Amino acid sequence: MDTVYVLLMAFISIVIVNNLVFTKFLGTCPYLGVSGRLDMAFGMGMAVTFVITLAGVMTWLIDHMILMPYGLEVTRYVCYILVIAGAVQLVEMYLRKFFPPLYESFGIFLPLITTNCAILGLCIFLYVWNVNNFLEAAVLSFGAGVGFTIAICIMAGIREQLRFADVPDCLSGPPITLITAGLLTLAFMGFAGMIK
Amino acid sequence: MADKTMTASEALIGGLWTEIPVLRLILGMCPMLAVTTAVKPALTMGLSVLFVLVCSNIMVSFMRKLLKPHLRILMFTLTIAAFVTIADLFLRAFTPQMSEILGPYVPLIIVNCIIIARAESCASKCGIWVSTVDAVSMGMGFTIVLFILAAIRELLAAGTICDIPVLWKGFVPWAAMRMPVGAFITLGLMLGLVNALTGKKS
Repeated sequence: MDTVYVLLMAFISIVIVNNLVFTKFLGTCPYLGVSGRLDMAFGMGMAVTFVITLAGVMTWLIDHMILMPYGLEVTRYVCYILVIAGAVQLVEMYLRKFFPPLYESFGIFLPLITTNCAILGLCIFLYVWNVNNFLEAAVLSFGAGVGFTIAICIMAGIREQLRFADVPDCLSGPPITLITAGLLTLAFMGFAGMIK
Repeated sequence: MADKTMTASEALIGGLWTEIPVLRLILGMCPMLAVTTAVKPALTMGLSVLFVLVCSNIMVSFMRKLLKPHLRILMFTLTIAAFVTIADLFLRAFTPQMSEILGPYVPLIIVNCIIIARAESCASKCGIWVSTVDAVSMGMGFTIVLFILAAIRELLAAGTICDIPVLWKGFVPWAAMRMPVGAFITLGLMLGLVNALTGKKS
């Protein structure tokens, strides 16, 4: 029962309280770039969730099974980025084979998931936060993806409405998106400190 | 290789004004927002990015003839990761305090879109000299924007710049400036101001 409680708390914490986009600024580029339409944003969120779960689990395993026992921590970043690039390649091949229409609609954004800071950021945070439990690492990775999906979907919903708003010329486009994002983080700050 | 017309002077002006990173290209947002709570970490970050950008651009320019289309991004990120490891170890050895403040944002330079974008659009097409100039000017541009944003935020959040108090005594610090909100809104208004000055409609 205790483990279940810990895992549940970890999940809620990474999805809402320590949301990577709102509190750590990770994944801001796709968050501002792809959030133009709700369906695209949701698809992006799903793809990122898959890659982040895979990458988080694999890098944790590599870190604890190979790098730490043999004292190879210097190569940590190189290994992480290799794993992430490999995972993205896997998703790309899978989508191209089984869901060609979805693959077409993603276009250039799919390979760019490699450079999504949320993914590498989470892998590094798993190490910085000293997560020693495999299950906890897996739950945190999955939760980070869910948190990213929530953030990007909220943003896309707002931006679809924003298109009808009368924004000053110089602020339209990225500036107003950034200001909206700022107000959103303010709202999410209400959750701060609820769980560690 | 079609648009191999970029010259060194064009690269210099591009990095510092016409294509100044963040303000014009909307790239490299994450470190931009995260490390700008104060001027010192922002400058450290800017200089680390400058170092990685120059090294990786030179390296990519060296191997531009060997690149395979589908392995391109992987080659870029591996090169960058190697140099970021160097920068991270250097910071940890010589400025441990600063390394503590920047924390995970130093390794995150690997996925900074600016560096990959420059490798892709400049270094993999141009010669060594142009790539180097391009990297230096882009890195300088990035550092300058980082510095301005950090200066505004530190001034309003604590009334200081580089830990030296500059505002009058009774100044009430704006706590929000230290939080994520301050970063997003200040950068949004800065972008708006640049758009207004240059008359660009997006």
